[in-house]
Amino acid sequence: MEKRAHFSGWTLPLLLILPQMAITVIFFYWPASQAIWQSFLREDAFGLSSEFVGFENYLGLFEQPEYYRAMVTTVIFSSLVAFFSMSCALLLATQADKNIRAGHAFKTLLIWPYAVAPAIAGVLWIFMFHPTLGTLARPIRAIGIDWNPMLNGTHAMILLVLSATWKHVSYNFLFFLAGLQAIPRSVIEAGAIDGAGPMRRFWTIVFPLLSPTTFFLLVVTVVYVFFETFGIIDAVTGGGPAGQTTTLVYKVYADGRLGGDLGGSAAQSVILMIIVIALTAIQFRYVERKVQY
Amino acid sequence: MVENRPFAQFMAYLTLVIGVIVVAFPVYLAIMASTFDAATIINGNMPLIPGDQAVENYTRTLFYGGKQAREPVMGMMINSMIMAMGIALGKILISILSAYAVVYFKFPFRKTAFWIIFITLMLPVEVRIYPTYKIVADLGLLDTYVGLIMPLIASATGTLLFRQFFMTIPDELLEASKIDGAGAFRFFKDTLLPLSMTTIAALFVIQFIYGWNQYLWPLLITTKSSMQTIVIGIKKMITTTDALTEWQIAMTTAVLAMVPPVLVVIFMQRLFVKGLVETEK
Repeated sequence: MEKRAHFSGWTLPLLLILPQMAITVIFFYWPASQAIWQSFLREDAFGLSSEFVGFENYLGLFEQPEYYRAMVTTVIFSSLVAFFSMSCALLLATQADKNIRAGHAFKTLLIWPYAVAPAIAGVLWIFMFHPTLGTLARPIRAIGIDWNPMLNGTHAMILLVLSATWKHVSYNFLFFLAGLQAIPRSVIEAGAIDGAGPMRRFWTIVFPLLSPTTFFLLVVTVVYVFFETFGIIDAVTGGGPAGQTTTLVYKVYADGRLGGDLGGSAAQSVILMIIVIALTAIQFRYVERKVQY
Repeated sequence: MVENRPFAQFMAYLTLVIGVIVVAFPVYLAIMASTFDAATIINGNMPLIPGDQAVENYTRTLFYGGKQAREPVMGMMINSMIMAMGIALGKILISILSAYAVVYFKFPFRKTAFWIIFITLMLPVEVRIYPTYKIVADLGLLDTYVGLIMPLIASATGTLLFRQFFMTIPDELLEASKIDGAGAFRFFKDTLLPLSMTTIAALFVIQFIYGWNQYLWPLLITTKSSMQTIVIGIKKMITTTDALTEWQIAMTTAVLAMVPPVLVVIFMQRLFVKGLVETEK
């Protein structure tokens, strides 16, 4: 798309675009290129000298059992959060869509967790499930489960999934509701006239029409779990117990900050960049093709 | 709905009410905890109705801080506010200018410039965290508001949003302005800016929340406790040895940390949704 009418001259537009360009180059391209460059270097322990080691940092990563474990943890964590946050959101959205007027009121009551910081969400959930003082941990212990997310990796993961899902349901709900309301009522009525019951109508008419929204939300949710849950993980488990809740992003932070392994950390960053670029590219191609603006 | 079935309606309401309760419960507990003294909470028998320590907890948290952090939360809230406002306003300013240049001017490298900005959409600050840290440190921006704000506004969401909006404005408006003798500056100020107000407000809501809720970046670049934001501050309150955690202060802080962004979402709901839906696409 092009504007027919426009201004001529090029000093003014360059001046207008300059602030954004400067910030983007200094705080985006420069660090991103440094990350790539650094991933091919090895620094000595004091950071005094560095030598070019090619792909050694990358190969080193794939020899670490911890890296595979972080990968598995990330996959488990993302799939669980994606599954729960999307199915709960879809359930709530279909119910809110049944009665438009109530739908608006419930929308307000359901969307505000979006505004809560991930780290704060984590803190709220630790408080509820704290092994000794948590209001909800006590009944769990009362029925004989030795609930302790500080010591038990599975319990820690459950707590992370719950808080990350809680925080993200509102977002998915919002988009599902918008998607549902965009489906013409006449299509659904036609289905009803043909004798399809509510469940049949949902699975054969509504759900397929929602698939672009669903796909879009799947990508957004995975990106959310990768990056924004850093605050939840750091506040709730700190990657523990014994590294059992360390995800790929958390490992970049932990290796760079605590381990001082900048080359390895940079190599991990580059791998993450490739994953995100791939995800975004898939999303754009798919959404561009499927969604009519 | 097609059928008018009271039972289905009832189930819909029931599901939604349960949903609302589940969503609200963690926050309700935090609010309750902010009204009790430490001993009641540590015992694990905290009642689900408010206690009588609210005034004490909120004054202490805001003006004196917890035993561990020793930093009044008021100062952290001011830091969070400056950061959130800086990110929201800074991003609006740079992106409305660059979108104006890209849409309304023809100049060499216009396409290239647009792509250079556009690519930043793909990478959140988290993946290039150490190199960015190093650059901010080399520029002497650690523990400064500029250092907190700048790297987080280096992305294209705003530019894209304004570009999309400008594309929907009819060409005739510019032609009419030109006939009236308006230059690029006049057209921007008198025509484009007033038309963009809703978009600006929507972007403001989204970016304010994004800025207020930042975690990893402020965690890395702030070393002085006087520069801490509230989202970081709360974590320090709960990570010390268990017995020393002052849960009533931590929960009071959590409640305070939620108030500004949640209020923004509730009161600006329409704009929030518009901003969200449009920036994501």
